[in-house]
This record gives sequence, C-alpha cells and structure tokens, in this order.
Amino acid sequence: MDALANLAAGFAVAATPMNLLWCLLGVTLGTAIGVLPGLGPGLTIALLLPITFKVDPTAAFILFAGIYYGAMYGGSTTSILLNTPGESATIVTALEGNRMARNGRGGAALATAAIGSFVAGQIGTLGIAFLAPQVVEMALAFGPADYFALMVLSFVTVSAMLGSSALRGLVALTFGFFLGLVGVDLQTGQPRFTFGLPEMLDGINVVIVAVGLFAVGETLHVAARWRRGHDEIVPLRGSLWMTKDEWSRSWKPWLRGTAFGFPIGALPAGGAEIPTFLSYWTEKKLAKNPEEFGKGAIEGVAGPEAANNASAAGVLVPMLTLGLPTSATAAIMLSAFQSYGINPGPMLFQTQPQLVWGLIASLLIGNVMLLVLNLPMIALWVRMLHIPAPLLYAGVLVFATIGTYGISRSPVDLMLLYAIGFVGFVMRRYDFPTAPVVIGMILGPAAEQNLRQALTISAGDWTVFLTRPLSATFLAIAAIALVAPHFWELVKKPRIEHHLVQD
Amino acid sequence: MARPLRRDGRATFFRSPAFSRRRSVDPERRAVAADPIDEPAMTEPVPQFPPSRLRFAGGEFAVAVGLIAFAVVVMWQTFAIPVSPLYSKVGPTIAPHLNWIFLLVLGLGLLGQALRGGWQSDEEKESPVDFIALGFVAAGLAANVLLIEPAGFTIASVAMFVLVARGFGSQRWLRNAGIAFVLALVAHLGFAGLLGIDIGGGIVENAVGSALGIVKG
Repeated sequence: MDALANLAAGFAVAATPMNLLWCLLGVTLGTAIGVLPGLGPGLTIALLLPITFKVDPTAAFILFAGIYYGAMYGGSTTSILLNTPGESATIVTALEGNRMARNGRGGAALATAAIGSFVAGQIGTLGIAFLAPQVVEMALAFGPADYFALMVLSFVTVSAMLGSSALRGLVALTFGFFLGLVGVDLQTGQPRFTFGLPEMLDGINVVIVAVGLFAVGETLHVAARWRRGHDEIVPLRGSLWMTKDEWSRSWKPWLRGTAFGFPIGALPAGGAEIPTFLSYWTEKKLAKNPEEFGKGAIEGVAGPEAANNASAAGVLVPMLTLGLPTSATAAIMLSAFQSYGINPGPMLFQTQPQLVWGLIASLLIGNVMLLVLNLPMIALWVRMLHIPAPLLYAGVLVFATIGTYGISRSPVDLMLLYAIGFVGFVMRRYDFPTAPVVIGMILGPAAEQNLRQALTISAGDWTVFLTRPLSATFLAIAAIALVAPHFWELVKKPRIEHHLVQD
Repeated sequence: MARPLRRDGRATFFRSPAFSRRRSVDPERRAVAADPIDEPAMTEPVPQFPPSRLRFAGGEFAVAVGLIAFAVVVMWQTFAIPVSPLYSKVGPTIAPHLNWIFLLVLGLGLLGQALRGGWQSDEEKESPVDFIALGFVAAGLAANVLLIEPAGFTIASVAMFVLVARGFGSQRWLRNAGIAFVLALVAHLGFAGLLGIDIGGGIVENAVGSALGIVKG
C-alpha cells in the first residue's frame, strides 16, 4: 500500500492553492485547444515551454498534464459536433457520436463521452500510481544495451502505430533523428551537421520543430485545400442528462474501454488508435442491437472515448518510468523535464517523489475539474467551434511567431520554422505521420548515448545487443513488430474497414 | 456509405492513419466492405485498378527522390565530420552513419512504392493544391520574417495575419487588420509578458509601452 501513502503525499502537493490554480488553468486551456481545430496539446505545450524558466517543475508539469488531459475531453466535443476527428484516436467517436448529434441526441453523446473519459481517466491515473513503481523496479536492472534495444523496440512500434504505413512512419522518425543530431556532440564536443552556421551549434530547438510541423505545416496543408468544403457544426440538442437506459448502456463500455486503453497505452509502443478500435469492435459484438451501430449507438461513443483517455494515462507510465515518450506530446513534456535538468527514468521516483506524486494527484483532481468544465459548461466550448478558419489559423501563426522568435530573437529561427513547416506540409500531403519526427528528435540523442555507452563497455563489439537476454528479447519483439502488422492487417483490417465504411 | 471524412480543417496532432487507410483501401476490398444496399454505386463492377494506380506517381516519385538526395547530403556531411583516433570505434559519427544508411534504405523503399503507382490516397490525389491560397500564406510568412526586425512584432503580425486570412478566403482586410492588431498586442503584453519571453520592441510596442508607463504614472 506504498502507492496509497505516496498518493496521499501527492495530494498534499497538488492541493495547495497555487497548484490547484495551475491545474485549473491547464485543464481549461487543454479543453479549449482540444475543441479548436488547428491546435493540439503538443503544439500548446511547446509554445508554453518558456514557462519552465519561470516556475518550479511541479507547477509546470501540473499545467502541462492538465493541458494533455484537457485536450482529450475537448477533442471529443469536436468529433461529436463537427465530425472532424482531430486525432486518429477519436475517429470512432466521430462515427457514432456525430450520428447521435444529427439524431438530436448530441447531449447524451457528449455526456457519455465526458463521463466515460472521467471514469477512464481516474482508473488510468490510479493505474499509473500502482503500475509505475513496478516498472521502476524492473527498469533498475537495465543496462545501456537493454535501454538501447528497448528504444529500438519503441521506435519500431511507434512508427508502425502512429501512421498508416510503417515505412513512412520510419522515414518521419529517421528525419527526427537527423534533427536531433544537429549541433555539438555532447560527448566529444564535435559539431555535426551545422553546415558552418554558428546558430546551429546549439542544435535545433524542439519548439521550432514542433511548431513548424504542427502549426505552420498544418496551416499550409489546410490552406492548400480549404476550398474543399466546410463541415457543418451540428447544433447541440438533447438533454445532457442521460436517461436510465443510456446509463445502463454506457457503464460497461466505459470499463471495457478502460481495460483496453490503459494497458496498451502503457506499453512502450503507445498508440491510442488500436484500443479505440478494439473497444468499438467489442462493443458492436456485445451489443444487444448491433444494427444501431453506424446510426448512432451510444456504446460506440462510450467505449472508445474511455479507451482513448485510459491510453492517454497509460502513455505517462513509460514516459515517467523509462523516459520513453510514445506520443509527440509526451516527447515535448520530456524535453520540458530536460530543461529543468531532470531525467525521467527509474530514478525520477526516488529523486523527485513530490513532483511525480504531486503530478499524479493533480491528474486525479484535474479530471474532476474537467468533468465540470465539459458538462455544465459545454455550451461555452461549442461556441469556440464557430471561430472562422481564416482568423483561427492566422492567429495560430501569430502565437507560433512568439514561441519561435522569442527563443533568441533571430529571423533565422523564423526561416527555419517555415522551412520545417514546408516539410510538414509535404509530409501531410503525402501521408507521412508527423508525430514520430518529434519523438525521434527527443529520443534520438538518448538512444545514441545508450548505444555508444553499450559499445564502449563492450569495446566496440556489436553482439552485446544479442548476448544480453533482455536486449535480445526487445530486439526480437521489434523484429516481430515490423513483420506482424502485415499479418494483423490481413486479419483485422477488413473488419475495421467494414465498420468505417458504413459511416 | 463513406461520405469521406475530410481531414483538413482540423489540425491533427497525430496524423490520422485510419482516414488515409480508409481512403486508400484497395478497390477490391472496398467492394467487399461497402454495403451494397447502402450504396448502390458500389454495386457496379469496380475496376480492378483505378486509372490513377496505373499511372506513374509523379508526386511520390519526387518525394522519394528528395529523400534519397537528402540521405546523400547527410552521408556527405557525415564523412566530413573529423574523427579523432581516440574515438575511432565508438565515435561521434556512429549515429550519423546509421542515420544516412536508414534514410537511404527508406528512400529506396519509397522509390519502389512510387514506381508501383504511389501510396497517396485517391482523395488527396484528386484534390488539387490551391496555389493561390498557399501563395497568400507564404507571402504572409515572408512578410513576418522581413518586417519583424525593422518594424517590430505587432506590425509584422498584422501583415502576416491579413495575408494568411486572405489565403483562407477572408477579404475583410480592415476588420482582419484590427483583429490582428489587438491580438498581437494582447499576445505580446499578456502571453509573452507572462512567460517572460522577450520578443523585442518596435514602433507600436514602444508607443504602447510608454502610454502604459504614463497611465501607471
């Protein structure tokens, strides 16, 4: 029951008035950017990174985690009322939720999404509290070779899961590695890939990459095709109070969705998409009236929304315990840790217990705030959907300028930002996932360090990765993960397609 | 069925694989997946390969060649890194070498796919790039870079804002300029001020700053 004592201590940290305010600010901002098309939690946290110079780490991470959770809630509102899922994880919500909204049951869809997110978020956060110490125990036995192999495994699975093709995911990841390599090598002081530019010696700032891809690239992509029509916003109708029938149809999907989402999110592979699809598929199988699916079945909103939020909680487990981010948002949070000189990993729980447990406790508090923000105050967020696209995207670029130009007041940074934005536009147009770029950029240097340490210990002998049992196991799983998706697709894809195509 | 979900309009934090998966479904599979009752059009015989799949995929080819060229540049720059004999076995070039090898292999993989008809979804292929819109947005970005040092953040932002908004079809220049002016000032004084970001001064900033100074007294 160590975890409970730790949690109690965490509540003592999180419940101070200042930290409650940070949490409230985070979840409010998170909901807003989740609702707004064109903004995501990764972009927002990247723009807010300078705050790490002003406040203590606990406050900053309470803020960031609030944004992270809040964006999940806000995103489901947009999926239901606008039918444009912002993330792959909310595709399924859009399918059934938007149908419900069209049938005049938008209120119930939003309610089951919010309450399901709440239930899953609370269970998932408690899951972090109980699972993370176990992972830490295990991770303490890892040597550099094992870490490197684990990262390889994570790279492979992340690139396979975050996009529609493992090949294009790996391209994005490798491009991220390159961006991470630019600058002075920390071990030897040797400049690499600076092309003679002194600005490049410090390396490329992750803010420039994240903002370039997620704000500039996105804006260019949307601009290039804005004439292709606009989504209609379904007006919010129907009571937010779910009927007894809707409650009884919702609670089991919430729990099942959580059971899919948390463990899969907690794997070093991450990915919220697979659990949401699994949940949708399961609910359809188990439903008393499966013919309702595709026409607005509440189970199809309740289950996947819970799975989505539970996996968001799960992602924090490898991030905090192993220093392995499996989403772009987690990667940017990791770089915030680095700017404090804190290294997430097994030692984090010993060296910064008040930070870790305060963060976990604040997530539990933040979830309660989010439930209030997203049910009684939903009308406020719906109004934000009406911000016209020209003003929204132009405004996003103004904030992008502040985040980038503020780094060193150099127009070179802005040019680099726009160059990366152009790369992001090409990537979007040609269906490359952009999140692995950020993950590769943050994790690449760590992987390189472990690789070189392992090879130094083994005196340059590459077989060290195959002779250590842990490392060999990770590499074997990575190899299987590269091949297995092809089988997976052969078996599962027709079914998933089938659901999707019946939109 | 299949009112194609559009994926613009909503910025994606993660890319949406299932969208593209869904749109890039093989024609055969689409025929299987579609419910013929819902969608009469789909009951017509579906050609084995839509014409676009037979054609040489120019865009994808360019992307693949671009990646290979990039890999070559990375290779060249890797060999340009001097290595002290001290680190000859595990030195600063080990990761860069892996990097260009991966880039090259992946680029060749993409090239293979491009030659076999490409991977871009039909929906994306059929939607032409709106170069006028892109041109206005690019002009806005260029204006920002050019104006931010001489004229200051606020003026540069206003110029960028109205041009980007025009790219998205909004021609209410004056209203947009007004919104941009207020937004830039609020962002400068609020957001940047609170975060402690220094984005420099300019004509407008200095004027507002001294006005505030007078008010504060």
